[in-house]
Amino acid sequence: MGADAALLLLADSRLPAGGHAHSGGVEEAVRLGAVTGTGDLARFLRGRLATAGLVTAALAAAACELAAADDPADDPADGVELWRRLDAEADARTASPAQREAARTQGRLLLRTSRRMWPSAALDTLARAVPEGPHHPVALGAAGASAGCTPRQAALAAAYTSVTGPATAAVRLLGLDPVTVHRLLADLAPALDDAAHAACASLGDAARQGRWHALPGHSAPALDLLAEGHLTNPMKLFVS
Amino acid sequence: MGAHHDDLHDAAEPDGRALRLGIGGPVGSGKTALVAALCRSLGPSMRLGVVTNDIYTTEDADFLRRAGVIDPERILAVQTGCCPHTAIRDDIAANLDAVETLEERFGPLDLVIVESGGDNLTATFSRGLADRQIFVLDVSGGDKVPRKGGPGVTSADLLVVNKTDLAPMVGADLTVMSRDAAAVRDGKPVLFTSIREDRGAHAVAEWVTDMVDAWRHEHGEPHHHPVHGAAQQAQAS
Repeated sequence: MGADAALLLLADSRLPAGGHAHSGGVEEAVRLGAVTGTGDLARFLRGRLATAGLVTAALAAAACELAAADDPADDPADGVELWRRLDAEADARTASPAQREAARTQGRLLLRTSRRMWPSAALDTLARAVPEGPHHPVALGAAGASAGCTPRQAALAAAYTSVTGPATAAVRLLGLDPVTVHRLLADLAPALDDAAHAACASLGDAARQGRWHALPGHSAPALDLLAEGHLTNPMKLFVS
Repeated sequence: MGAHHDDLHDAAEPDGRALRLGIGGPVGSGKTALVAALCRSLGPSMRLGVVTNDIYTTEDADFLRRAGVIDPERILAVQTGCCPHTAIRDDIAANLDAVETLEERFGPLDLVIVESGGDNLTATFSRGLADRQIFVLDVSGGDKVPRKGGPGVTSADLLVVNKTDLAPMVGADLTVMSRDAAAVRDGKPVLFTSIREDRGAHAVAEWVTDMVDAWRHEHGEPHHHPVHGAAQQAQAS
Protein backbone atom coordinates (compact mmCIF):
# COMPACT_ATOMS: atom_id res chain seq x y z
CA MET A 1 0.00 0.00 0.00
CA GLY A 2 2.56 2.59 1.09
CA ALA A 3 2.03 6.07 2.39
CA ASP A 4 -0.32 7.86 0.01
CA ALA A 5 -0.42 11.17 1.89
CA ALA A 6 3.37 11.25 2.24
CA LEU A 7 3.62 10.67 -1.51
CA LEU A 8 1.50 13.78 -2.09
CA LEU A 9 3.84 15.83 0.08
CA LEU A 10 6.90 14.43 -1.66
CA ALA A 11 5.59 15.23 -5.15
CA ASP A 12 4.04 18.62 -4.31
CA SER A 13 5.64 21.48 -6.22
CA ARG A 14 5.45 23.46 -2.98
CA LEU A 15 7.88 21.10 -1.27
CA PRO A 16 10.56 23.59 -0.18
CA ALA A 17 13.51 21.84 -1.78
CA GLY A 18 14.64 24.25 -4.47
CA GLY A 19 12.85 22.63 -7.42
CA HIS A 20 11.09 25.82 -8.45
CA ALA A 21 14.31 27.28 -9.87
CA HIS A 22 14.90 24.48 -12.43
CA SER A 23 13.25 24.26 -15.86
CA GLY A 24 14.58 20.87 -16.99
CA GLY A 25 15.83 22.31 -20.28
CA VAL A 26 12.67 24.24 -21.11
CA GLU A 27 14.25 27.68 -20.73
CA GLU A 28 16.94 26.86 -23.29
CA ALA A 29 14.37 25.20 -25.57
CA VAL A 30 12.31 28.39 -25.43
CA ARG A 31 15.37 30.54 -26.13
CA LEU A 32 16.22 28.45 -29.21
CA GLY A 33 12.64 28.51 -30.45
CA ALA A 34 12.18 24.75 -30.03
CA VAL A 35 9.29 25.26 -27.61
CA THR A 36 6.99 28.13 -28.54
CA GLY A 37 3.55 27.01 -27.37
CA THR A 38 1.51 24.20 -25.90
CA GLY A 39 1.89 21.90 -28.95
CA ASP A 40 5.68 21.97 -28.74
CA LEU A 41 5.52 21.70 -25.00
CA ALA A 42 3.36 18.56 -25.13
CA ARG A 43 5.95 16.86 -27.35
CA PHE A 44 8.80 18.07 -25.18
CA LEU A 45 7.17 16.68 -22.02
CA ARG A 46 6.33 13.35 -23.62
CA GLY A 47 9.90 12.97 -24.84
CA ARG A 48 11.33 13.97 -21.48
CA LEU A 49 9.14 11.46 -19.67
CA ALA A 50 10.08 8.63 -22.04
CA THR A 51 13.82 9.23 -21.49
CA ALA A 52 15.03 11.20 -18.48
CA GLY A 53 11.70 10.61 -16.72
CA LEU A 54 11.89 6.83 -16.99
CA VAL A 55 15.55 6.74 -15.94
CA THR A 56 14.94 8.94 -12.89
CA ALA A 57 11.89 6.86 -11.97
CA ALA A 58 14.00 3.68 -12.00
CA LEU A 59 16.79 5.29 -9.98
CA ALA A 60 14.26 6.58 -7.45
CA ALA A 61 12.70 3.13 -7.13
CA ALA A 62 16.14 1.57 -6.62
CA ALA A 63 17.06 4.19 -4.02
CA CYS A 64 13.77 3.63 -2.21
CA GLU A 65 14.39 -0.09 -2.10
CA LEU A 66 17.95 0.43 -0.87
CA ALA A 67 16.85 2.85 1.86
CA ALA A 68 14.05 0.54 2.98
CA ALA A 69 16.56 -2.30 3.35
CA ASP A 70 18.78 -0.13 5.57
CA ASP A 71 19.33 -2.08 8.75
CA PRO A 72 20.99 -0.25 11.66
CA ALA A 73 22.59 -3.57 12.61
CA ASP A 74 24.56 -3.65 9.33
CA ASP A 75 28.05 -2.25 9.02
CA PRO A 76 27.57 1.48 8.22
CA ALA A 77 30.53 1.35 5.81
CA ASP A 78 28.59 -1.12 3.64
CA GLY A 79 25.67 1.32 3.46
CA VAL A 80 27.95 4.15 2.41
CA GLU A 81 29.49 2.01 -0.32
CA LEU A 82 26.10 0.95 -1.68
CA TRP A 83 24.85 4.56 -1.87
CA ARG A 84 28.04 5.62 -3.67
CA ARG A 85 27.53 2.86 -6.21
CA LEU A 86 23.91 3.76 -6.84
CA ASP A 87 24.87 7.42 -7.21
CA ALA A 88 27.57 6.38 -9.69
CA GLU A 89 24.87 4.56 -11.68
CA ALA A 90 23.00 7.89 -11.89
CA ASP A 91 26.20 9.62 -13.04
CA ALA A 92 26.71 6.99 -15.72
CA ARG A 93 23.20 7.68 -17.05
CA THR A 94 23.67 11.46 -17.12
CA ALA A 95 25.94 12.39 -20.01
CA SER A 96 25.86 16.18 -19.67
CA PRO A 97 28.06 17.69 -16.94
CA ALA A 98 25.57 20.55 -16.63
CA GLN A 99 22.76 18.07 -15.97
CA ARG A 100 24.87 16.25 -13.41
CA GLU A 101 25.51 19.52 -11.62
CA ALA A 102 21.81 20.43 -11.69
CA ALA A 103 20.80 16.95 -10.50
CA ARG A 104 23.27 17.10 -7.61
CA THR A 105 22.18 20.60 -6.61
CA GLN A 106 18.54 19.50 -6.49
CA GLY A 107 19.46 16.27 -4.72
CA ARG A 108 21.46 18.13 -2.08
CA LEU A 109 18.59 20.53 -1.39
CA LEU A 110 16.00 17.73 -1.31
CA LEU A 111 18.18 15.77 1.10
CA ARG A 112 18.48 18.83 3.35
CA THR A 113 14.70 19.27 3.41
CA SER A 114 13.76 15.61 3.72
CA ARG A 115 16.21 14.99 6.58
CA ARG A 116 14.20 17.47 8.60
CA MET A 117 10.79 16.22 7.41
CA TRP A 118 11.43 12.47 7.63
CA PRO A 119 14.61 11.91 9.65
CA SER A 120 16.09 8.45 9.15
CA ALA A 121 19.33 6.51 9.39
CA ALA A 122 19.22 5.88 5.63
CA LEU A 123 19.13 9.60 4.80
CA ASP A 124 22.01 10.23 7.20
CA THR A 125 24.03 7.48 5.54
CA LEU A 126 23.28 8.88 2.08
CA ALA A 127 24.41 12.36 3.18
CA ARG A 128 27.64 10.86 4.49
CA ALA A 129 28.17 8.80 1.35
CA VAL A 130 27.76 11.69 -1.13
CA PRO A 131 28.57 14.91 0.76
CA GLU A 132 28.51 17.08 -2.38
CA GLY A 133 24.90 16.01 -2.92
CA PRO A 134 23.45 12.84 -4.47
CA HIS A 135 21.63 12.86 -7.79
CA HIS A 136 18.06 14.07 -7.35
CA PRO A 137 16.29 10.73 -8.00
CA VAL A 138 18.59 9.00 -5.51
CA ALA A 139 17.68 11.55 -2.84
CA LEU A 140 14.02 11.34 -3.86
CA GLY A 141 13.91 7.55 -3.50
CA ALA A 142 15.65 7.67 -0.12
CA ALA A 143 13.29 10.41 1.07
CA GLY A 144 10.33 8.35 -0.15
CA ALA A 145 11.43 5.31 1.83
CA SER A 146 11.90 7.45 4.93
CA ALA A 147 8.38 8.80 4.47
CA GLY A 148 7.00 5.26 4.19
CA CYS A 149 6.50 5.20 0.42
CA THR A 150 7.00 2.11 -1.71
CA PRO A 151 9.52 1.97 -4.58
CA ARG A 152 6.59 2.31 -6.99
CA GLN A 153 5.43 5.48 -5.26
CA ALA A 154 8.95 6.91 -5.31
CA ALA A 155 9.18 6.10 -9.01
CA LEU A 156 5.85 7.81 -9.60
CA ALA A 157 7.01 10.93 -7.75
CA ALA A 158 10.19 11.01 -9.86
CA ALA A 159 8.28 10.59 -13.13
CA TYR A 160 5.78 13.24 -12.04
CA THR A 161 8.38 15.86 -11.11
CA SER A 162 10.29 15.16 -14.33
CA VAL A 163 7.43 16.77 -16.25
CA THR A 164 5.67 19.11 -13.81
CA GLY A 165 8.74 21.29 -13.20
CA PRO A 166 9.36 21.92 -16.91
CA ALA A 167 5.63 22.47 -17.49
CA THR A 168 5.47 25.18 -14.80
CA ALA A 169 8.64 26.80 -16.16
CA ALA A 170 7.02 27.00 -19.61
CA VAL A 171 3.97 28.71 -18.11
CA ARG A 172 6.21 31.35 -16.55
CA LEU A 173 8.48 31.83 -19.57
CA LEU A 174 5.89 31.88 -22.34
CA GLY A 175 2.83 33.15 -20.51
CA LEU A 176 0.91 30.03 -21.53
CA ASP A 177 -2.61 29.36 -20.27
CA PRO A 178 -1.95 27.38 -17.07
CA VAL A 179 -5.13 25.33 -17.47
CA THR A 180 -4.13 24.26 -20.97
CA VAL A 181 -0.75 23.18 -19.63
CA HIS A 182 -2.39 21.24 -16.83
CA ARG A 183 -4.56 19.55 -19.41
CA LEU A 184 -1.33 18.36 -21.04
CA LEU A 185 -0.23 16.96 -17.68
CA ALA A 186 -3.60 15.27 -17.20
CA ASP A 187 -3.21 13.64 -20.60
CA LEU A 188 0.21 12.37 -19.48
CA ALA A 189 -1.13 10.78 -16.29
CA PRO A 190 -1.47 7.25 -17.74
CA ALA A 191 2.06 7.50 -19.12
CA LEU A 192 3.29 8.49 -15.66
CA ASP A 193 1.72 5.36 -14.19
CA ASP A 194 3.29 3.29 -16.97
CA ALA A 195 6.71 4.82 -16.30
CA ALA A 196 6.47 3.99 -12.59
CA HIS A 197 5.42 0.45 -13.44
CA ALA A 198 8.27 0.00 -15.93
CA ALA A 199 10.74 1.46 -13.44
CA CYS A 200 9.82 -1.11 -10.82
CA ALA A 201 9.78 -3.94 -13.33
CA SER A 202 13.40 -3.09 -14.13
CA LEU A 203 14.56 -3.58 -10.55
CA GLY A 204 14.65 -7.35 -10.25
CA ASP A 205 16.76 -9.51 -7.97
CA ALA A 206 20.10 -8.12 -9.11
CA ALA A 207 19.14 -4.63 -7.87
CA ARG A 208 18.29 -6.09 -4.50
CA GLN A 209 21.89 -7.24 -4.27
CA GLY A 210 23.23 -3.82 -5.18
CA ARG A 211 23.76 -4.52 -8.88
CA TRP A 212 21.97 -1.90 -10.89
CA HIS A 213 23.47 -2.23 -14.36
CA ALA A 214 20.13 -3.46 -15.75
CA LEU A 215 18.28 -0.26 -14.83
CA PRO A 216 17.11 1.68 -17.91
CA GLY A 217 19.66 4.04 -19.43
CA HIS A 218 17.65 5.87 -22.09
CA SER A 219 19.56 8.86 -23.33
CA ALA A 220 18.11 12.10 -24.65
CA PRO A 221 20.87 13.91 -26.57
CA ALA A 222 18.68 16.94 -27.18
CA LEU A 223 18.14 17.38 -23.43
CA ASP A 224 21.90 17.03 -22.89
CA LEU A 225 22.58 19.75 -25.46
CA LEU A 226 19.89 22.01 -23.99
CA ALA A 227 21.43 21.65 -20.53
CA GLU A 228 24.89 22.54 -21.84
CA GLY A 229 23.57 25.42 -23.96
CA HIS A 230 21.68 26.83 -20.99
CA LEU A 231 24.96 27.55 -19.22
CA THR A 232 25.97 29.91 -22.03
CA ASN A 233 22.79 32.01 -21.76
CA PRO A 234 23.76 35.31 -20.15
CA MET A 235 20.11 36.15 -19.39
CA LYS A 236 18.91 32.91 -17.83
CA LEU A 237 16.23 32.91 -15.16
CA PHE A 238 16.44 29.26 -14.11
CA VAL A 239 19.40 27.33 -12.71
CA SER A 240 18.91 24.60 -15.33
CA MET B 1 22.62 10.56 13.34
CA GLY B 2 19.81 10.42 15.81
CA ALA B 3 20.64 13.42 17.94
CA HIS B 4 18.29 15.80 16.16
CA HIS B 5 15.54 13.49 15.07
CA ASP B 6 12.85 15.09 17.17
CA ASP B 7 14.08 18.63 16.71
CA LEU B 8 11.56 20.66 14.74
CA HIS B 9 13.42 23.93 15.17
CA ASP B 10 15.25 25.69 12.42
CA ALA B 11 18.11 23.51 11.19
CA ALA B 12 20.36 26.52 11.50
CA GLU B 13 20.56 26.80 15.27
CA PRO B 14 21.49 30.40 16.05
CA ASP B 15 24.15 29.72 18.66
CA GLY B 16 27.71 30.28 17.53
CA ARG B 17 26.99 31.41 13.99
CA ALA B 18 26.85 34.66 12.02
CA LEU B 19 23.86 36.98 12.02
CA ARG B 20 21.96 36.52 8.76
CA LEU B 21 20.63 39.81 7.43
CA GLY B 22 18.06 39.92 4.61
CA ILE B 23 17.89 43.00 2.40
CA GLY B 24 14.75 43.25 0.27
CA GLY B 25 12.80 45.87 -1.65
CA PRO B 26 11.49 46.85 -5.07
CA VAL B 27 13.56 46.85 -8.26
CA GLY B 28 15.98 49.78 -8.48
CA SER B 29 15.54 51.03 -4.92
CA GLY B 30 19.24 50.58 -4.16
CA LYS B 31 19.54 47.18 -2.50
CA THR B 32 22.82 46.30 -4.23
CA ALA B 33 24.19 49.79 -3.60
CA LEU B 34 23.33 49.36 0.07
CA VAL B 35 25.05 45.97 0.21
CA ALA B 36 28.16 47.55 -1.36
CA ALA B 37 27.98 50.44 1.12
CA LEU B 38 27.71 48.06 4.06
CA CYS B 39 30.67 46.05 2.79
CA ARG B 40 32.66 49.30 2.54
CA SER B 41 31.74 50.39 6.06
CA LEU B 42 31.78 47.04 7.85
CA GLY B 43 34.41 45.12 5.88
CA PRO B 44 37.37 46.45 7.89
CA SER B 45 35.90 45.32 11.21
CA MET B 46 33.73 42.29 10.38
CA ARG B 47 34.06 38.93 8.63
CA LEU B 48 31.44 39.14 5.87
CA GLY B 49 29.67 36.94 3.32
CA VAL B 50 27.11 37.99 0.71
CA VAL B 51 24.43 35.99 -1.15
CA THR B 52 22.69 37.65 -4.09
CA ASN B 53 19.40 36.57 -5.70
CA ASP B 54 19.49 37.93 -9.22
CA ILE B 55 16.66 38.09 -11.66
CA TYR B 56 19.05 37.51 -14.54
CA THR B 57 22.25 35.53 -14.08
CA THR B 58 24.76 37.18 -11.79
CA GLU B 59 24.25 40.89 -12.48
CA ASP B 60 24.20 41.98 -8.84
CA ALA B 61 27.00 39.65 -7.81
CA ASP B 62 29.11 40.99 -10.68
CA PHE B 63 28.37 44.58 -9.66
CA LEU B 64 29.59 43.82 -6.14
CA ARG B 65 32.68 42.04 -7.41
CA ARG B 66 33.54 44.98 -9.66
CA ALA B 67 32.96 47.42 -6.82
CA GLY B 68 35.90 45.74 -5.10
CA VAL B 69 34.36 46.10 -1.66
CA ILE B 70 34.65 42.43 -0.70
CA ASP B 71 36.69 39.38 -1.70
CA PRO B 72 34.80 38.13 -4.80
CA GLU B 73 34.86 34.56 -3.50
CA ARG B 74 32.75 35.64 -0.55
CA ILE B 75 29.84 36.44 -2.88
CA LEU B 76 27.53 33.62 -4.01
CA ALA B 77 24.70 34.10 -6.51
CA VAL B 78 21.43 32.16 -6.30
CA GLN B 79 19.05 31.90 -9.24
CA THR B 80 15.34 32.02 -8.59
CA GLY B 81 13.48 30.79 -11.70
CA CYS B 82 11.35 33.93 -12.22
CA CYS B 83 10.22 33.93 -8.59
CA PRO B 84 12.50 35.99 -6.33
CA HIS B 85 9.98 36.07 -3.48
CA THR B 86 9.68 32.26 -3.53
CA ALA B 87 13.42 31.89 -2.97
CA ILE B 88 13.45 34.08 0.16
CA ARG B 89 10.09 33.10 1.64
CA ASP B 90 8.42 29.86 0.49
CA ASP B 91 11.34 27.73 -0.61
CA ILE B 92 14.53 28.96 1.01
CA ALA B 93 16.55 25.79 0.39
CA ALA B 94 18.92 27.25 -2.23
CA ASN B 95 19.58 30.38 -0.18
CA LEU B 96 20.26 28.42 3.01
CA ASP B 97 22.59 26.19 1.05
CA ALA B 98 24.51 29.26 -0.19
CA VAL B 99 24.69 30.83 3.29
CA GLU B 100 26.01 27.61 4.81
CA THR B 101 28.48 27.18 1.96
CA LEU B 102 29.96 30.60 2.77
CA GLU B 103 30.07 29.72 6.47
CA GLU B 104 31.83 26.46 5.70
CA ARG B 105 34.37 27.96 3.31
CA PHE B 106 35.19 31.17 5.14
CA GLY B 107 33.78 30.70 8.63
CA PRO B 108 33.52 31.80 11.24
CA LEU B 109 31.74 34.87 9.87
CA ASP B 110 30.15 37.74 11.77
CA LEU B 111 27.54 38.73 9.21
CA VAL B 112 26.02 37.12 6.12
CA ILE B 113 23.94 39.46 3.97
CA VAL B 114 21.27 37.91 1.72
CA GLU B 115 20.09 40.35 -0.93
CA SER B 116 16.75 39.45 -2.51
CA GLY B 117 15.94 39.95 -6.17
CA GLY B 118 13.93 43.11 -6.83
CA ASP B 119 10.33 42.36 -5.97
CA ASN B 120 7.06 43.86 -4.83
CA LEU B 121 5.82 45.25 -1.55
CA THR B 122 4.56 41.88 -0.31
CA ALA B 123 7.97 40.17 -0.34
CA THR B 124 9.53 39.35 3.01
CA PHE B 125 12.22 36.99 4.20
CA SER B 126 11.38 33.76 5.98
CA ARG B 127 12.61 33.66 9.57
CA GLY B 128 14.20 30.36 8.60
CA LEU B 129 16.58 32.31 6.34
CA ALA B 130 17.07 35.80 7.82
CA ASP B 131 17.45 36.67 11.50
CA ARG B 132 16.95 40.38 10.76
CA GLN B 133 15.73 42.15 7.65
CA ILE B 134 16.00 45.55 6.02
CA PHE B 135 13.47 46.75 3.43
CA VAL B 136 14.74 49.37 0.99
CA LEU B 137 12.46 51.89 -0.74
CA ASP B 138 13.46 54.96 -2.70
CA VAL B 139 11.83 58.36 -2.94
CA SER B 140 11.36 58.16 -6.71
CA GLY B 141 8.89 55.30 -6.30
CA GLY B 142 6.52 57.95 -4.89
CA ASP B 143 6.05 59.29 -1.39
CA LYS B 144 2.82 57.29 -0.97
CA VAL B 145 4.63 53.94 -0.83
CA PRO B 146 5.08 53.81 2.96
CA ARG B 147 1.36 54.51 3.41
CA LYS B 148 0.52 51.54 1.17
CA GLY B 149 2.29 49.31 3.65
CA GLY B 150 2.72 45.64 2.79
CA PRO B 151 4.73 43.18 4.88
CA GLY B 152 8.10 44.57 3.76
CA VAL B 153 7.32 48.12 4.84
CA THR B 154 5.41 47.23 8.00
CA SER B 155 7.41 44.33 9.42
CA ALA B 156 11.06 44.78 8.40
CA ASP B 157 13.37 45.41 11.35
CA LEU B 158 14.66 48.51 9.56
CA LEU B 159 13.07 50.50 6.75
CA VAL B 160 15.55 52.42 4.59
CA VAL B 161 14.29 55.18 2.30
CA ASN B 162 17.05 55.76 -0.25
CA LYS B 163 17.85 58.41 -2.89
CA THR B 164 16.83 61.36 -0.72
CA ASP B 165 18.99 63.51 -3.04
CA LEU B 166 16.32 63.01 -5.70
CA ALA B 167 13.41 64.10 -3.49
CA PRO B 168 13.19 67.71 -4.79
CA MET B 169 13.35 66.50 -8.40
CA VAL B 170 10.54 63.95 -8.12
CA GLY B 171 8.39 66.00 -5.77
CA ALA B 172 8.63 63.52 -2.90
CA ASP B 173 7.82 64.87 0.54
CA LEU B 174 10.16 63.21 3.05
CA THR B 175 8.06 64.44 5.96
CA VAL B 176 5.05 62.61 4.58
CA MET B 177 7.09 59.45 4.04
CA SER B 178 8.49 59.62 7.55
CA ARG B 179 5.08 60.20 9.15
CA ASP B 180 3.34 57.45 7.14
CA ALA B 181 6.12 54.95 7.82
CA ALA B 182 5.99 55.65 11.54
CA ALA B 183 2.22 55.13 11.48
CA VAL B 184 2.42 51.62 9.97
CA ARG B 185 5.65 50.42 11.62
CA ASP B 186 4.71 50.48 15.25
CA GLY B 187 7.86 52.23 16.43
CA LYS B 188 10.37 50.22 14.40
CA PRO B 189 13.17 52.38 12.96
CA VAL B 190 13.26 54.20 9.61
CA LEU B 191 16.44 55.70 8.14
CA PHE B 192 16.71 58.10 5.20
CA THR B 193 19.79 57.72 3.03
CA SER B 194 21.43 58.94 -0.13
CA ILE B 195 23.96 56.24 -0.87
CA ARG B 196 25.19 58.30 -3.84
CA GLU B 197 26.29 60.99 -1.38
CA ASP B 198 27.16 58.74 1.58
CA ARG B 199 29.07 55.83 0.03
CA GLY B 200 29.22 54.00 3.34
CA ALA B 201 25.54 54.40 4.32
CA HIS B 202 26.88 55.15 7.77
CA ALA B 203 23.64 55.36 9.70
CA VAL B 204 22.53 51.97 8.34
CA ALA B 205 25.97 50.49 9.02
CA GLU B 206 25.71 51.68 12.61
CA TRP B 207 22.30 49.99 12.98
CA VAL B 208 23.69 46.75 11.51
CA THR B 209 26.69 46.90 13.87
CA ASP B 210 24.31 47.17 16.82
CA MET B 211 22.37 44.14 15.53
CA VAL B 212 25.55 42.08 15.10
CA ASP B 213 26.77 43.04 18.61
CA ALA B 214 23.41 42.14 20.14
CA TRP B 215 23.36 38.85 18.21
CA ARG B 216 26.83 37.91 19.44
CA HIS B 217 25.87 38.87 22.99
CA GLU B 218 22.81 36.62 22.83
CA HIS B 219 24.17 33.66 20.86
CA GLY B 220 27.90 33.68 21.57
CA GLU B 221 30.99 34.21 19.47
CA PRO B 222 30.63 32.68 15.97
CA HIS B 223 32.70 29.55 15.49
CA HIS B 224 33.34 27.30 12.55
CA HIS B 225 31.00 24.34 12.40
CA PRO B 226 30.76 22.39 9.17
CA VAL B 227 27.25 21.34 8.20
CA HIS B 228 27.54 17.63 7.58
CA GLY B 229 26.74 16.72 4.02
CA ALA B 230 24.77 19.85 3.36
CA ALA B 231 26.67 22.51 1.57
CA GLN B 232 30.06 21.60 0.29
CA GLN B 233 29.56 22.39 -3.32
CA ALA B 234 27.03 25.12 -3.95
CA GLN B 235 27.69 26.72 -7.27
CA ALA B 236 30.05 29.64 -7.06
CA SER B 237 28.77 31.46 -10.11
